[in-house]
Amino acid sequence: MALIEVKNAIKRYQTGDEYFNALNNVSLSIEEGEFVAIMGASGSGKSTFMNMLGCLDKPNSGSYLLDGIDVLSLNTDELSDIRNIKMGFVFQGFNLISRTSAVENVELPMIYKGIPESERYDRAMKALKIVGLEGRSTHMPNQMSGGQQQRVAIARAIINDPPLILADEPTGNLDTKTSIEVMEFFVNLNKEMGKTIVLVTHEPDIAQYCKRVVKFKDGNIISDEINTHTTIPY
Amino acid sequence: MIDFKSTLKMAVVSLKVNKMRSILTSLGIIIGVSAVIIMLAVGTGASVKIAKDMESMGSNLLMIRSGSVTSGGVRMGSGTRPTLTLKDAEAINKLARGILAVAPYSSEAQQITYGNQNWATSVAGTTQSYLYIRNYDIAEGRNFIPEDIKNNTKVAIIGNTVSTELFGDMDPLNKTIRIGNVPFKVIGTLKVKGQNGMGQDQDDLVFIPITTAQKKVFGTDFPGTVKMINVQAQNSEVISQTEEDINEILRDRHNIGKNQEDDFTVRNLAEMQETIKSSARTMSILLGAIASVSLLVGGIGIMNIMLVSVTERTKEIGIRMAIGAKPRDIRIQFLIESFLLSIIGGLIGVFIGVTASKAIQIFSDMSIVISSFSILLSLGFSGFIGVLFGYYPAYKASLLNPIDALRYE
Repeated sequence: MALIEVKNAIKRYQTGDEYFNALNNVSLSIEEGEFVAIMGASGSGKSTFMNMLGCLDKPNSGSYLLDGIDVLSLNTDELSDIRNIKMGFVFQGFNLISRTSAVENVELPMIYKGIPESERYDRAMKALKIVGLEGRSTHMPNQMSGGQQQRVAIARAIINDPPLILADEPTGNLDTKTSIEVMEFFVNLNKEMGKTIVLVTHEPDIAQYCKRVVKFKDGNIISDEINTHTTIPY
Repeated sequence: MIDFKSTLKMAVVSLKVNKMRSILTSLGIIIGVSAVIIMLAVGTGASVKIAKDMESMGSNLLMIRSGSVTSGGVRMGSGTRPTLTLKDAEAINKLARGILAVAPYSSEAQQITYGNQNWATSVAGTTQSYLYIRNYDIAEGRNFIPEDIKNNTKVAIIGNTVSTELFGDMDPLNKTIRIGNVPFKVIGTLKVKGQNGMGQDQDDLVFIPITTAQKKVFGTDFPGTVKMINVQAQNSEVISQTEEDINEILRDRHNIGKNQEDDFTVRNLAEMQETIKSSARTMSILLGAIASVSLLVGGIGIMNIMLVSVTERTKEIGIRMAIGAKPRDIRIQFLIESFLLSIIGGLIGVFIGVTASKAIQIFSDMSIVISSFSILLSLGFSGFIGVLFGYYPAYKASLLNPIDALRYE
């Protein structure tokens, strides 16, 4: 069974009398362990699609099964649980909570999962070690570089050990060298830990790290190809 | 469901981030709570004092004084024309309804001597009932007995101040003192009563039988008269009936015609006490209202700042929702923040209120009563205000759409 199973998803927005289809009958299936890049110009529907995958938004019609769960039938609280347990988010703007230390940021998803305090700290420190930041656990977000902040965000995304990582332009605010470092973490997450990763980008260089590239245009998928010439040898 | 300790920690962190703002927001509650504490302390202190004064005065009391002398159109004030007699007192006791006790009373300032000590004090001629009516208790010795009154016995009961001035540490019982030139045997001493509501020393007096006073001590042009008759009614319900009966009896005995003015006045102390009590109550309600208004204003201040805080932290709310916070978790977080703001304000307010009350007690003569009830009440009320006025901002935060919240800059 596929981890993600989207069928005939339609998302319609209304402005005045005009209807606008942000998603126009989109179907996509992603297996566990895949590393998928979603590409497309702005307004192509890729952000709407990502919001739907992230259980932040629902399509007007169609179906979405995540790990066999019918997401569209869930209520607000159940959607919160799905986001908490089944997926981790990495954003373009890092989105760490300010004036809160790195380790406390990583602990947050565990707090909402209800994991006891005694267990949280050790697990958060382990996750920070994976991204190479165990020495910066007490640093506040504004005391860290962009690359470091994004690595804290990655640690936060994997802390509840979800099968799926959703990354929305994770290198958009980073320079080339840092971008490469961050992408190598994603490759490792996919290869070593078996995480399924869906990553939105408009940079072909970044898409090169992925095993499969899906292109959006005007609310439709226009191409869906296996990346034969990945930068990293698999 | 997230654990309480973590939520509390998050709330403390976000309040610490804006320390100045948190303190200023709490200021309304601080002022409100300290006002409640001070007002209740002063108010309770005053009513306790009033109650004590009233108790020492006696309850359900009617005071009858003789009328005034009118001389060449100048009216001299009540008590100047001695029209009341012992016989009046006896008649009232016999005829009026609802009577518990009647005590005639006349007093004069006299010089008292014992050995080589002397002291000027108020000498009151009265009967044994007077001590009951006005709540004077015998400390040692005995009260008058009817024979003392009947036989004009030369016996005296002395107040504590008189006892101290004349006898020092000696036991005054059965000693002989002189009032004017007349020797009296001390048969009893009074328990200390302290000052009355007007600040008079209620222990600086000597009681002697009214008949002895009339015949041996007070020089008067009108033999047999008394200055005042004290009447205690059985209870507060019959007291107006008793008052009417007394008026009727006295008008009849004094042969006062229908259109003539009374030659006596009856003062109803129960009514006076009721007035004082109700004005004290009105005062407390007024002060309480002022304090509640400032608490209310403090609560609105908290709501205002919490709304600002929710808007400022829209992005943070979006992040929390994206990583798994339920609307309920967001709501509880903001509710705890506003609850903390007001309860911390409340605690500081209690501290300031108690300190200020103590200061008032030290620097003025007012009596202060700080009750744990008033502290619990104001703390509870401030916590309630925090939840009440924090609910709307917290509810608003929990309704945010995570996509819009994440995009918020």
